[in-house]
Amino acid sequence: MSYAVSLRCRECRERFPLKGVHVCASCLGPLEVEYDYAAMKRAVTRASIEARPRNLWRYIDLLPVEGTPPTGHHSGWTPLKRARNLEKVLGVRELYIKDDSANYPTWSYKERVVSVAIAKAVELGYDTVGCASTGNLANSVSAHAAEAGLKAYVMIPHDLERGKVLGSLIFGPTLVRLQGNYDDVNRLCSEIADRHGWAIVNVNLRPFYTEGAKTLGYEIAEQLGWKLPRHTVCPTAGGTVLPKIHKAYRELVDLGLVEKSPAHIHSAQPSGCDPVVKAIKAGTDEIRPQKPRTLAKSLAIGDPADGAYVAQAVFESGGTGESASDEEIVDAISLLARAEGIWTEPAGGTTLAAAIKLIASGRIPKDESICVCITGNGLKTLEAVADRLPLPEAIPASLEAFERHVAERAPLAAAAR
Amino acid sequence: MSIQILIPTVFRPATSGADLVELEAATVAEALTRLCERHETLRGRLFRDQGRLNRFINVYRNDEDIRYLGDLETPLNAGDRLSLVPAVAGG
Repeated sequence: MSYAVSLRCRECRERFPLKGVHVCASCLGPLEVEYDYAAMKRAVTRASIEARPRNLWRYIDLLPVEGTPPTGHHSGWTPLKRARNLEKVLGVRELYIKDDSANYPTWSYKERVVSVAIAKAVELGYDTVGCASTGNLANSVSAHAAEAGLKAYVMIPHDLERGKVLGSLIFGPTLVRLQGNYDDVNRLCSEIADRHGWAIVNVNLRPFYTEGAKTLGYEIAEQLGWKLPRHTVCPTAGGTVLPKIHKAYRELVDLGLVEKSPAHIHSAQPSGCDPVVKAIKAGTDEIRPQKPRTLAKSLAIGDPADGAYVAQAVFESGGTGESASDEEIVDAISLLARAEGIWTEPAGGTTLAAAIKLIASGRIPKDESICVCITGNGLKTLEAVADRLPLPEAIPASLEAFERHVAERAPLAAAAR
Repeated sequence: MSIQILIPTVFRPATSGADLVELEAATVAEALTRLCERHETLRGRLFRDQGRLNRFINVYRNDEDIRYLGDLETPLNAGDRLSLVPAVAGG
């Protein structure tokens, strides 16, 4: 049994039943799930969570889901890795990578939000799900819909990486490539949700969908030994995940599962699409939209509807924001791979690059604990690094040719180190 | 100048079910003001204090967000179409 009791408008506080609606009928503000926290607090303990299997449903009592969810039983509980090599490179004392590039089954943080949305779609009786996506969400919706036996319509901008397009098509959804950018796709999806009786996970199931992102924050805290990192660096696109990490940390404190401690949350965006970071730096939650021009296509959302909530969560937590150029992003992808053996997509490169700049400028002190959220996998975005990694020439399969080849490259390898 | 405004489902109770409203206006501000004069209950939903647009509404002139044009002062020509679309996030 879930402790969710209603949907509530974030702006005017009006209440609505727990259905597939996402905007307040009075003021059009976004709706958020409201819980009976008193009852939740009586039932949920560290032990009750630890007794459950190691997947995101170990936190089901903190989510708006009834009964047994159809998918997600192998999603979540991704590695929280102590990054000792990066600590040395960056000169920091305690650095962790929360590695959602290893999130099952489609290798991004989206498994968290989609597991909850699919559970809710089935519970509410929908037979068709859909989404507007920059790639990862479409991959995840397609895979989870296949497993749950739902029809799927996934809508994407026309210019996504090939790996992200194939990564949806393989699961058999109706994939629609649209002329325009993500914001155009999102606008159309809003109109589709208006017309068809479908569960568009990031539109009319949004209040439930976004709650799934809290599991990222719960896992970080539990994996740290039930405590909060002093700094969490998180990418921002549409603005889902950062406010939900903030909410997760607050809930864990309120439920008595972790001790209250300063937990600053920092937003990372590519400089070719940084409307939220610009607002944060200007000290406002008023977001001016941008036309994205960035290698980090999964962060190329120029008009993030939840951007204001990102800024508010950053201000409340005492965090900051930073952006990174395409070159800094690819440098950070390369650094993470060579130092820690983790291959992330440009969104992850953006987050690490922003973290590096925040550390270098002293906004994140070097002696405080830091968690960098890596939200996607580099295997889907080969284009991002292909130019830097030309295919080595093929040589004859002889010992002589091998020795000559390696000797020729030794100076190059030494220079690269 | 005669222009059209597309009304989303969430606003149609306020427009007696109409999904398209035609009126005369030379700017976006003028169009929305006239729309609210005809359908008074829309005013509180479309506008916040000091006549600022509700940030959960995106307004498009033809296919372009007015925030890339001239915001509420964006000029309108005969035959232009305004769309009012509730803002949603995603990714």
